[in-house]
Amino acid sequence: MTAVIEAVGLIKRYGPVVAVDDLNLTIPSGEVYGLLGPNGSGKTTTILMLLGLTEPTAGQVRVLGNDPSRNPLAVKRQVGYLPDSVGFYDELSARENLRYTAELNGLARDDAETRIDEVLTRMGLRDVSTRRAGAYSRGMRQRLGLADVLLKRPQVAILDEPTMGLDPEGALEFLDMIRGLKADGITVLLASHLLHQVQAVCDRVGLFHQGRIVLEGTVDALSERVLGGAYRIHLEVDGQAQALEGTLSAVPGVVRVMRESPRGYLVEAKSDVRGAVAHRVVTAGGALLSLRLERLGLDEVYARYFQEVRHEG
Amino acid sequence: MKAERPPLRRREGSPWTGLWAVTLKELADHLTSARMRLLEGLILLTALGTVSAAIQTLRTTVGEDPFLFLRIFTTSQQAGDIDYSFVLFLSFLIPLAAIALGFDAVNGEYNRRTLSRVLSQPIYRDALLAGKFLAGLFTLAITLLALWLLVTGLGIFRLGVIPSGEEVGRGLLFFIATVAYAGIWLALAMLFSVQFRQPATSALAALAVWLFFAVFWPILTGIVAQVVRPADNPFAELAQIQLRLALSRLSPNTLYAEVLLSLLSPETRALGPVLITQLEGAVRGALPLSQSLLLAWPQFTGMIAAVLLLFAGTYVLFQRQEIRA
Ligand SMILES: Nc1ncnc2c1ncn2[C@@H]1O[C@H](COP(=O)(O)OP(=O)(O)OP(=O)(O)O)[C@@H](O)[C@H]1O
Ligand SMILES: [Mg+2]
Repeated sequence: MTAVIEAVGLIKRYGPVVAVDDLNLTIPSGEVYGLLGPNGSGKTTTILMLLGLTEPTAGQVRVLGNDPSRNPLAVKRQVGYLPDSVGFYDELSARENLRYTAELNGLARDDAETRIDEVLTRMGLRDVSTRRAGAYSRGMRQRLGLADVLLKRPQVAILDEPTMGLDPEGALEFLDMIRGLKADGITVLLASHLLHQVQAVCDRVGLFHQGRIVLEGTVDALSERVLGGAYRIHLEVDGQAQALEGTLSAVPGVVRVMRESPRGYLVEAKSDVRGAVAHRVVTAGGALLSLRLERLGLDEVYARYFQEVRHEG
Repeated sequence: MKAERPPLRRREGSPWTGLWAVTLKELADHLTSARMRLLEGLILLTALGTVSAAIQTLRTTVGEDPFLFLRIFTTSQQAGDIDYSFVLFLSFLIPLAAIALGFDAVNGEYNRRTLSRVLSQPIYRDALLAGKFLAGLFTLAITLLALWLLVTGLGIFRLGVIPSGEEVGRGLLFFIATVAYAGIWLALAMLFSVQFRQPATSALAALAVWLFFAVFWPILTGIVAQVVRPADNPFAELAQIQLRLALSRLSPNTLYAEVLLSLLSPETRALGPVLITQLEGAVRGALPLSQSLLLAWPQFTGMIAAVLLLFAGTYVLFQRQEIRA
């Protein structure tokens, strides 16, 4: 696998503001990479530098072997970009909007029409392609944006907050489409602050904080690292008047026990102690109604990481 | 807003990639826009009004004037205490039309959030800016050409004479000069569309500049000339007039008016004050086209230079701008 996107020591300053600070990033071909970070952490700035739309203050960028600030056309021919709040010419139809993109890419007319039909069908917009883009709903606009990205048959797709403003169902559908890109062999760079969504599609994530990638790896690896492989067990116990906290805390490996509701407990442990916990509940005379192991996701990694940063600060 | 930039590195690929795509799209937008239809209607109505009135006046002099056709453009009528002619209306409406086509060229893309999407296609910013400028200029040129043909046709029908070759030549040069004049206002409007994020602000700024040159500049040049060169003897008087003229030539309106004067009134022998002594031995009558053109040449190149300067300024400003909304 070769690196499709490579950034070394990338820095961007806006006057006194350091938007991106000594960023190193390598994304191999075919990967779906998630740039994750709170507002203002430098995700969009990084993307703009990768596309050659903003000059880096220092550092090197290579996208598909080209330097985006020296040879932007070669980069932009092969990289599709969906901006964070994508806009269209409202008075033109969806098809006309795509036609303009095709012309800017120098596609021949016949080829353009074939491709436009193809991407519209793929995004489920074929039937509404003659409607004005101004009359499109938020979800339709976003899909039109992805159609616009796919029109040039990119090798890399860079999507900035692609699910922003979509309802949960629309977001899921959109994530499915992003998975489809991966299936086509397109390398995807996705910026978002919606963790569970990133988690659902990304092979690897980079956690951004104040212009730096502070954590990087697969979701599992990250939770292992930040949370120390924490396990959370939710219990529901009936027929038990007295509290079980003491009993459960005594189980080896248990770190913390919390009462979530009159019947519910939350047990945090270093290892999977479901068996021992169940046994204790039963021997203490409780009726175990349910027991559920929660796999911790990015949400927790994120929350925990920023908690620690705040504590240190 | 200003981005820090490392020294400019050489860019690869033609800066004009995508120029035609942008131009054609913008042209189609302009030609179908309600804004343009409104302007066309306005221009057409005033043109027909002034030209019909001029033809009415000229019918009495058919056969006496060798440049009857050019008079259609310049003959002024009186309505109350206002003198008006076709060229007067044109020099009034052209800046308005050009500003209307250019004031939201770039900030309109920002506000529609289409700019970053368009610039992420394989084109340089140069192509976007130049394409928009060309489309505006073509739109104005098409309108003016149609207008020019209409007026000529009207003249042929109503006056019953065919324009001479020289008149056609002068008419075409008049058309080109008008396009250049329109280019100045278009480039200015686009400059403001890059500078100001709000289209209302850029429109207002462009109109303010236009108003300044149309109304205040003539007053201002008079005052400045009087203060700097008080007219206490005939020589000082001449110096004052010359200073005032030099100052007024900083206005595109003056340049355009002088070009029109020498092109459409062939008997114009000099632009500016002429002393009796200079006229001694001069042949009365009209100048040939080449001489008229020579007379107006500095003004003509001045207008072109203004267009280029304004466009270059717009270009520099746009290159330095962050494209994110
Ligand atoms: N043109 C600019 N001038 C000055 N500062 C800027 C400019 N653009 C961005 N910044 C600053 O750079 C930092 C990073 O911004 P950026 O837009 O990259 O963040 P982001 O991670 O994309 O945030 P969000 O999730 O809100 O989109 C912010 O502090 C922002 O204020
Ligand atoms: Mg952003």
